[in-house]
Parts: sequence; structure tokens; C-alpha cells
Amino acid sequence: MSEVRVEGLTKAYGPTKALDDVTLTFPEGGFFGLLGPSGSGKTTLLRAIAGFVQPDHGRIFIGDQPVEGTAVEDRNIGMVFQSYALFPNMTVAENVAFGLEVRRVPSGDRARRVAEVLELVQLGPLGNRKPQDLSGGQRQRVAMARAIVTRPRVLLLDEPLSALDRALRVDMQIELKRIQREVGITTIFVTHDQEEALTLSDQIGILKDGRLVRHGPPRAVYDDPQDAFTAHFLGEANILTGRVEAQGLRLTDGTLLPGVTTARIALRPEALTASIEQPATPHRLQARLVQRIFSGAMGTCILDWQGQTLKLTAPDRALAALPETGGPQVWLSWPAGAALPLRDPR
Amino acid sequence: MTGAERLRALGLLAPAYLWLTVAVFLPLSAMAFFSFLTDVPFGDREWAFTFDNYAQALTNPTYATLLWKSLKLAFWVTVWCVVLGFPCAYILARMIKGRSREVLFLLVILPFWSNALVRVFSWAIVLRGNGVLDRAVNAVLPWDVKLNLMFSETAMVIGLVHSYLPYVILTTYLSLQAIDDTVIEAARSLGARFPRILWRLILPLAMPGLIAGAVLVFVPVVGSFMEPRLLGGRVGTTYGTLIEDQFVAVFNWPLGAALSFILLAVVLVILAAASPALRKATT
Repeated sequence: MSEVRVEGLTKAYGPTKALDDVTLTFPEGGFFGLLGPSGSGKTTLLRAIAGFVQPDHGRIFIGDQPVEGTAVEDRNIGMVFQSYALFPNMTVAENVAFGLEVRRVPSGDRARRVAEVLELVQLGPLGNRKPQDLSGGQRQRVAMARAIVTRPRVLLLDEPLSALDRALRVDMQIELKRIQREVGITTIFVTHDQEEALTLSDQIGILKDGRLVRHGPPRAVYDDPQDAFTAHFLGEANILTGRVEAQGLRLTDGTLLPGVTTARIALRPEALTASIEQPATPHRLQARLVQRIFSGAMGTCILDWQGQTLKLTAPDRALAALPETGGPQVWLSWPAGAALPLRDPR
Repeated sequence: MTGAERLRALGLLAPAYLWLTVAVFLPLSAMAFFSFLTDVPFGDREWAFTFDNYAQALTNPTYATLLWKSLKLAFWVTVWCVVLGFPCAYILARMIKGRSREVLFLLVILPFWSNALVRVFSWAIVLRGNGVLDRAVNAVLPWDVKLNLMFSETAMVIGLVHSYLPYVILTTYLSLQAIDDTVIEAARSLGARFPRILWRLILPLAMPGLIAGAVLVFVPVVGSFMEPRLLGGRVGTTYGTLIEDQFVAVFNWPLGAALSFILLAVVLVILAAASPALRKATT
């Protein structure tokens, strides 16, 4: 168990920079989610920490040790691959025991530790099965058990749940979190699923084009995205643009939003309230309802404001007053603090 | 299946069955028939049914010795094909990418496309005394060496290995290529170095291909006659050449047919005996 730190990490593939000067600390014992669209460099960063990718510049520390010159085999890491990469010629128990075999753990000790870790991932009785006889979720657990049984300094997960169907994925998220907490190992995982990142991580880092855009605790980043990319990528956002005046933000349709000091703001769809009558708050605007979509407990409204599409989500009950089909002008309002200021240059 | 579907299936299968009948079943039955005759039933020759051919083939100690020699030859050719074929297939499948792989593949397949006789004669030129190999060795070494491999068991093994090596390379290449790269990465992340990865992962996962290749080599080499005759000369008498002689030189087809069926039976018994072990290795 160790803190992991990267400093000024850069890796170019031809003209494209997969990693561009990334500096980041992954706290000891924490669960760190790296997220970004495909091609953002998140997997390259993970593979650089693992040792499969040799960075062009920058340093990587596991604990206090610099590891750029250390081969994968000697970094003492645990890694779970997207495809799980189980050894198809070995049983579940042999798969899990492989890392111990490499470390020359005596066979009695080895069997005990394999049994322990299989118990931890709730696969106790399946030790003699072959990987191909297991379900997707079970394979995931085997991959996890194999990666943690050697008590590595850091656990790296490369899109660990993306091969599972949705229901199973939610179960495994809870499971993964439980195992990580019980073992207490520094964990870094890569995902393109923002919900997964928010659910699992203590800290998240958002990458775009090889650069680290934002990092911090999930709630803090979600509640204050600071730039349009983060606002869009983490959750959904309606972005409004206007001109900053002494009293506040003057939107293109003439609406003045008092107290706003940036030219752009983000409004989360779930922060909006829709009403037919004009609300008493100054934090509001008028838009045309295009469509109201029923999707069970939650409802979604698609609105048109000055040619821009806005989105609102709310419990379906709260939308009952609105017509099913589009057409009429409605008022959108939000609490004063819900207008999230965006500070990045456009 | 409805009547029309059945008819269509029959229509589609017919060419295959026709081919099997004409190319495999008929000749084989003719040979089986001949093996129980006193003489070939051609022209106005006298013939009768007999078990003598089998009795002779099974009791003559020379034939048994030759069969044993052929089995040993096939064993060593198979061993060499596996030993040489595996590294070739490994390099092709896992170390070389893109265009150069295609070129190397072509080189591997090339023996298949060249005439077998030409291939064997070119080996004769290389292996004979004062031949290419002899001169090359003498050009490098300062003292005088007499290197004449021609007409020896070694020459036979070399020629046969060259002819059959592509089978092992191709089958092993296929199973090596099917190994997921991340499986190797996973082993490395767990601390395993190349020798262990080779022994615990790559070899077991390549085993089906290696075994398929070995069987493809072993079976025809037991009955091979051309390479032994041309490269083995006087020591090149094998079970294969014995059978060939019956058909071509002595014109004793019934005995040749009986010897062939005994060979077929022996090969089948060997494969059957080995199959539990082979099956265990492939799962």
C-alpha cells in the first residue's frame, strides 16, 4: 500500500500527445477514478503507472520510489484488465495462485491465501472451475482476486466493469468498493462511465486530449465543474452565455441574472423547475417546451431557448402540470446557487 | 426437415460424398480386396482368396525391423519439426508484425509450392561429400574435415524435416496467434518473467497446434519412401520403400496392400494409445 505520484508525465505517439504534462497524486489507500472520453489518455496513464508504457518525460513514484526504470515484473502491482485476461489453461485457484507461485510462496501458505482471497470475492467453492465455465461477473471476481492476492502496492483497474451488463455492473460496483475497502489498497481505475466514477471513487481526475482538466472529490467537481468540458462530461449541463454587467449576467434574450459574475454558466438539468406561471425568483428564463418524455419515475423535458436546446429532468409527478406535447412557452427557474460559473476561456 | 429441405441438403452434400466415394472409399476397398488375393486380378492371371499376405507380413522379422525403423524415423522427424517449428511459429505469431510477417510466411510456405523431387535433389547437392555443406564447412574451419552426410539416416531426417516443417509452423502459428496479448501482460503484472510465461502459458496454450502439427507430420513420415530412397540410399530402406517396392518393382500388389493396411493399423493404434495424453494436453 503506497501513495502513487506522477510528475510532468508526457507520452507522444507520433504527432499526438497521449499524455501531456500530467502531474497528479493518488492518495494512499484511496480509490481514484480516471475518466475521460476515448483517446483522452486515461488508459495510457494507467499503463504508464503499470510499466507497459514508457513515458517520454516525467517521473512516476510508487511510495517514495521512482519506478520509471523498473520493469513491469518488478513494480509489484496488481492489475485487472478490461477483458479480465484470465489464464485459460488454469483453474480459478491456479489463476489466483500464479502471482504467489512467481513469488515462491510455499505451497501450504499459497493454498491458504488463495482460499482466503476467493472467500473475500465470494468465489469460495469455485476454485476448481476453468475460467470459460464462469459467468462474466465471476470472471471479474477471479481477476480481482488474482490481482490482490499478492498484496501489491497499487491496484490498477482498466475499465474493469465495462464488459458486464448494466444490472450486474451496479452489483459489481458495490462489490468492488467493498473489496477495496476491506483490503485498503491504493486503487486507480479507468472508466469512461461517469456514473461509475462518481459511485466508486474518493477522488476523480478528468482527462482530455492527454491533459488533466480537473481533479478532486467527485461531489466537489460535480458541484463546481469550473469549465464547460467538465460540466458536460460529468453529468449533463445546460450552458448559457451572455454579457457580464454591473448587476449580473445579461443573457442574449435580455434576461438579467443577478449575482452572476461570469459570461457563462452551467445549469444541471435536475436543478431546473418548470412552471406555466412566472415564478417569483429573478433566477429564471422563458423557453418553449418542445417535448416532455416519460421514462418511469423520472421525466425529461426538452426545451428550446433562443434556438438552443435545454434539458430538464425531474420526478415525473413534478412535471404533471405541463402539457404532454410541446408548443407553449414555460418558465424555467432554479435556486440562486445552482448557476455554476464557468471560468475557462471559450 | 421438410422433403424439399432434405432434398436440398442432399444436393449440397452430394459432391462431397461423391468425392469421398471415388477418391477414398473405392481405392481403399480395392486395396483391401487385393490384400486377400494370391495375385492381382488383371488380365488372365490366376487368383484366389488367401490370408497368406497378412501371415507373411506379420511373421517376417525383416518387415517388423523395417516398421520399427520407420516408426523411429517418424518419431525423430516429428521431434525435430516441433523443436524447430515452435520458435519459428512463435517469432511469426508474436514478435513480427505487418509486412515482414507476410514475407516470412511466404518463405515458410515455399517448400509446399516447390516440387518434392527438386527439393530432395537439392538437399542431395548440399549434403553429399564435396557438396555445398562440405565446402562451406571447410572454407570456415582451418583443418580438413570430411563431411559427407549423403546416404545416412541424418540426411533422411534433414530432408523429411524440411518437407514437413511447414505443417507444424502453420498449426502452431494459429494457436499462438489466438493467445490474447493481455493474458501475457497479466502474467507480467504478476511478476512473471519470460521463461515462466513460456512454460506456464504459451506452451500449454500452443499445445493443440503443436499436437495437430505433430500428428500431421508423424503419420505420413512413417510411410514415406521418396526421401528415404533418395537421401538414404543403401540405409534408406524403410517400411515405406518396402511397400513401394511391392507395387513398383516386385509387382506383388497383394503383399504391398497387406503391408499398407498393417501400417495403417499400427498408426491408428499409436494415435489411439496417445489420445488420452493428447486430450489432456489440449484442455
